Amino acid sequence: MRIEAHEKKVGVTLVAPALLWTLAFFLIPFAAMVWLSFSHMEGRDIVPGPDFGNYIKIFTDDSLFRGIVVSLEITLTVTVISVLLAWPLAWIIAMRVPKRWQRLALMLAVLPFWTSYVVRSYAWALVLGQKGVVMDFLTGIGLLAEPIQIMATRSATVIGFVHFFVMLLTLTIYANLVQLSPNYMRAAQDLGASAWQTIRLVVIPLTLPGVITGAFLTFVLCIGDYITPQILGGNNELTMPQLIMLQLGRRGDFPMASALSVVLMAIVTLAYAGCARWLRMDRV
Amino acid sequence: MRYLSWIYLVACFIFILLPVGVLVVFSFQDGRLPVPPFNGPTLKWYAEITSDRDLMAALFNSLLVAAISSLVALLLGFLAASGLARVVLPGSTLMRALLIAPMTVSYLIIALGLLNYFNNIGIRPSLLATGIGHVVINLPLCFAILYAAMGEHQRNALRAARDLGAKEWQVLALVSAPMLAPALGAAFFLAFTFSWDEFIIAFLLTRFDVTLPVEIWSMLRSGLSPATNAVGSLVFLVSVAVVVLLELTLFRKVGK
Repeated sequence: MRIEAHEKKVGVTLVAPALLWTLAFFLIPFAAMVWLSFSHMEGRDIVPGPDFGNYIKIFTDDSLFRGIVVSLEITLTVTVISVLLAWPLAWIIAMRVPKRWQRLALMLAVLPFWTSYVVRSYAWALVLGQKGVVMDFLTGIGLLAEPIQIMATRSATVIGFVHFFVMLLTLTIYANLVQLSPNYMRAAQDLGASAWQTIRLVVIPLTLPGVITGAFLTFVLCIGDYITPQILGGNNELTMPQLIMLQLGRRGDFPMASALSVVLMAIVTLAYAGCARWLRMDRV
Repeated sequence: MRYLSWIYLVACFIFILLPVGVLVVFSFQDGRLPVPPFNGPTLKWYAEITSDRDLMAALFNSLLVAAISSLVALLLGFLAASGLARVVLPGSTLMRALLIAPMTVSYLIIALGLLNYFNNIGIRPSLLATGIGHVVINLPLCFAILYAAMGEHQRNALRAARDLGAKEWQVLALVSAPMLAPALGAAFFLAFTFSWDEFIIAFLLTRFDVTLPVEIWSMLRSGLSPATNAVGSLVFLVSVAVVVLLELTLFRKVGK
């Protein structure tokens, strides 16, 4: 018994610093933020709550509610496009590229990860601008008579996001594909399935857990990101993170920023609940 | 089908590598705008940024914050993982969940929570405040990696060391840490990268001394410029060099 008590004491001592840190700099600030979301601003002062004013305003005020819709639309578009682009890419790297070149192909496919996130968005602004290389190329070969506006629209935001998440998803789906035993595919072919049938009926269902995990990650990271829409998206429509930053910047309205954050968290939690039974975070 | 595969592969690689390629190429642009036509190579933008005091200070700040916050996160994560892998404590599951929790919250929300909290307890926006924030986001990562790396065979070795009379700190420093060296290296490297590249926490929690991503952000406000390309390319080339180096040394061993 004494040994066990001693073991427990040592265990607690070891865990304590990390727990205290998390408590002091994550849990308490987080709880304070949630509490703050139930108060509101009058002029420059915070009127302590609890009241639901901010939440009612979020769901009734057009410009705020529009942020939720815009965020959801962009995030869902990005998630779907990214999965559709990344799956074939991961499959080609895993199945078509010779084994010894796979590592190199994979490293190339995620190379831009190593630029800074801010710089990556800036690079897309460079590429997609009116005078950028894409427009230069398309007008040069005569496909377009004159440059069209992509920068500072939702398309630019989506392209910037898709670029990042295709890399991420290719990694997770590739990891899933190489774990599959080739026997499954051999069996399907022996039983008379065509190549396409094998992919559709055997390989895709087997990679579904990896795909859903990756898609969930994409959803979470995309809907919470401020940088990409801020640099690429222009001012015509604002996403939730942009609205949160706007509340902080313009009026110092912490309660409203907090309420928007809580709504953002709630959306992520709902998404998690929606795909929880497929999520295997440990298998990524 | 086969040709289609290769065409698709090449198309994807063009899409993925295009922005980085354009970024690097036009950092050598001899002109004021980093857009076509390309006016021939020059290194003047690199000369300009390396003599830019603010930028170099921000670079140094970033390195400092990343190094210190990653070390703190690594140490806290290592101790916590050692503790939780060793004995079953009452509430172990809850503790694990609490330690992992910050990973599920977006950086913006963590930053907002800390900004409000620091305002209230009187910690001013600074590199210290940013460093604290970076430990918060990297601690779950370090903890998860190290906890997963502590297997049964490790537990036996630690027990043996204790039975042979090693003190607690000796067990941790002389047996556990060396056995976990690859995982410790990987965790530190990941934490360093995340901190180095982190924008929103640093943006909200710094004021006068800023980190590199925040400095780059303020460069963007003055529009497109080859100087920004040069900074971006420099960061990219250094990161790639580090990755290649690690690939050739650390991760090669882990893979085997």
